Amino acid sequence: MAGGERAEVFSGFMVNAWVVATMVAVVGGAIGFFIVMRSSAFVAHAIPNGSFAGAAGATLVGANPLLGLAVFSLAGALGISLLGRRARHDVATALTLVFMLGLGSLFLSFRVEDAEAVYSLLFGEVLGIGSNQVWPTLALSLASLLALALLWRPLLLDSVLPGSARGSSRVRLELAFLVIVALATTMTVPVVGTALIFSLMVGPAAAARAFTVRPHVALALSVALAVVIVWIAIAWSYNTNWPIGFFVGALSASAFLIGRAWSVASRRLGGARHRAPAGELSP
Amino acid sequence: MATLLHAIVEPGFFSSAPVRLAAEMGALVAIVAAVVGVFTVVRGQAFSGEALGDIGATGGASAYLAGISSVWGFVGISVLAAAAMELIGVQRARGRDIATGVVLGAGFGLAALLIYLGTLQTSTSGSTVTILFGSPFTLSPSDLPLVLGFGALVLVTLAALYRPLLLASISPELAAARGLPVRLIGVAYLMALAVAVALSAVTIGAILSTALLVGPAATALALTNRPGRALALAAMIGVAATWLGLLLAYDSYYWPPRHHGWPPSFFIVALVLIGYLAVAARRGGGRRGAR
Amino acid sequence: MDQPALDVASVTVQFGSRRVLDGVTFQLRRGEFTGLIGSNGAGKTTLLRVILGQQSPDQGTVTIAGGRHGAVGYVPQKFLLDPDMPLRGRDLVALGLDGHRLGLPRPSRQRRERVQAMLAAVGAERFADARVGRLSGGEQQRILIAHALISEPQLLLLDEPLANLDLRSAKEVVSLLAQIAREQRIAVLISAHEMNPLLPVMDRVVYLADGRAVSGTTDEVIRTDVLSHLYGHHVDVLRLHGRVVVVAGDIDDHHADHGVLEVD
Repeated sequence: MAGGERAEVFSGFMVNAWVVATMVAVVGGAIGFFIVMRSSAFVAHAIPNGSFAGAAGATLVGANPLLGLAVFSLAGALGISLLGRRARHDVATALTLVFMLGLGSLFLSFRVEDAEAVYSLLFGEVLGIGSNQVWPTLALSLASLLALALLWRPLLLDSVLPGSARGSSRVRLELAFLVIVALATTMTVPVVGTALIFSLMVGPAAAARAFTVRPHVALALSVALAVVIVWIAIAWSYNTNWPIGFFVGALSASAFLIGRAWSVASRRLGGARHRAPAGELSP
Repeated sequence: MATLLHAIVEPGFFSSAPVRLAAEMGALVAIVAAVVGVFTVVRGQAFSGEALGDIGATGGASAYLAGISSVWGFVGISVLAAAAMELIGVQRARGRDIATGVVLGAGFGLAALLIYLGTLQTSTSGSTVTILFGSPFTLSPSDLPLVLGFGALVLVTLAALYRPLLLASISPELAAARGLPVRLIGVAYLMALAVAVALSAVTIGAILSTALLVGPAATALALTNRPGRALALAAMIGVAATWLGLLLAYDSYYWPPRHHGWPPSFFIVALVLIGYLAVAARRGGGRRGAR
Repeated sequence: MDQPALDVASVTVQFGSRRVLDGVTFQLRRGEFTGLIGSNGAGKTTLLRVILGQQSPDQGTVTIAGGRHGAVGYVPQKFLLDPDMPLRGRDLVALGLDGHRLGLPRPSRQRRERVQAMLAAVGAERFADARVGRLSGGEQQRILIAHALISEPQLLLLDEPLANLDLRSAKEVVSLLAQIAREQRIAVLISAHEMNPLLPVMDRVVYLADGRAVSGTTDEVIRTDVLSHLYGHHVDVLRLHGRVVVVAGDIDDHHADHGVLEVD
């Protein structure tokens, strides 16, 4: 990489990209910690992916796409929560997702195919972020982080011992969590795309869990990894002109694999200490 | 009576060759998806199904880069993704979710790159819409034998493994105690899932592949407590939703105000969801919210 | 006497530096009802896994009369079926007959009748057509016993089958198992941390503590001198109103838990 290019990566309109992408990474990494704890990667996939239809619907009626994203991601969270009371959680998530996408295909069919816009919604357009996106993103990230901080202990307890919160309070907690995911989705999808936010929510957090058993450390590590991944991805994307989504996906998966290798190695070295209890028949 | 029928079925529905091909292919993949789906729902692997369909669709849409048939591209990439999930650890119920997510994230990333490279070559990015929403019923008649072959392969595999797979899905412990290779059965099932989902993704689109995988199966499981009947019911619901959806989509060309064709995927998804909700509501409350 | 249904000889299992099983030796004969007694963590489940062939012992051998598969029926611990599982008790029992076979099941009168007879034998006819995940713990237990027995094993293993049952269901299951052992000449091995529900019907006992085992009739094993030797420190075996209580001499010792459990 030439020195001149390196300087340019940090200059001009790129500053907005750095700032916004860093906020997205912080929020993604923090929410990801709970996504991994609660084994709800499917939800992290479904809400952003399904909310995409909202953007399509909003442009159809001439509204702000951000509004469409917000409405659809919240509706998705609500739908998953409502259906999930009756059915298995993964079935509820799948049905909600496909219905939102079905609506999306309907909205798209009314418009002349706008492939360029669809592509950037899916895979993000981090390099084209304007300064007008900085403040809304900042506000939404602060709201998400604040909500996570408020719910930190109940969420953690419920993730570890799913039976401890009962009945309606458990449903409310789950709904609150889904709404946080929806908030984060609204803010991040226009920036990094549905595909990316999912990678950022799963890979770094899953990797972090391999390195530490302490929740605060895991959270911090998850956020740090997400930020590093996004920074590297922006730099590489800028220099190669390849889509940033590729780098984020590949780096997240690599982080996860390194975490896996680490935990396998430490289990080998640690011997009996980490062995599964004799009674556990892993299915 | 004839006028009523005429009002429901717009003229030309049954005589149109593309519609007939769509109905045949749609029914075929609906049956395969529903049968695989019953096991998917019982095993709690809906996310695996969705992820494999998405990866198959995103990656497979780029198959034209390599110049191979899209059916092979979809199925090949989906099977590769299934193998990756298996290697990462899709077997343990708790790790499965994350393993699936990581493979899906990486798959999306790769798809972004392939589409970008594709745009450089062809200077269009029209495939993106195809990727997310699929492009229902644009396959040529020459693909029918291939789809038929893969579908039959999936059904034969499931028929051969029926009893061990059922036992291992109910309880891995009971299956292991009988000396059944639970992990191998899981891998075989995951491969069947990958092929089935890729097949429906390439024929009728990625959204529909998940809808037809999960919806009819979940509906059937709520209706009966006999595994054989659940399979038959799921297949029937899948085919019914597909055909009715096609019919409505065809009719929608004549609907005011715009006389614009609504996409079949919207109708089929809506029908599947309505069917499921009707059955779930009939069954009433008092059910524990399983995670 | 015929060949033992199960011969466990000097089985040792080591996880890292921890010996989970240490030279465990005992035999089971057909028609006998045996309790595998030990507190949590004594190695009961590991021993059952070794017998099932799911864990290979570091030393020692396990011999099952009549070969491996089909010769052992197994009822796992804490079995909770999903309430949404579309499956009748009848189907699960049928899978016990041919769940390992490839291909679709061919419905036959003989198969149906065998399943029906097995359901009758365990007293599960009444709820055989309900969704199996919605049955009570005791009802599920009966279906699982039928599932394990229908392949006509010589040996039936049950891992803590009484743990989730109320007293009445536990009594019913125990007497059902004792009856099956006698009538069908099957060796039944049932693990439990509480021996009292088993005392009335138990022919023999295998007592596990810290991975070591003693076996024999109840009178031979449940004695102050034998168990003190097994635990490596003094324990008292008290008999109160037909119940047996094992009390550790040293209350600080973790075996005190065991004593308390037995009193309960």
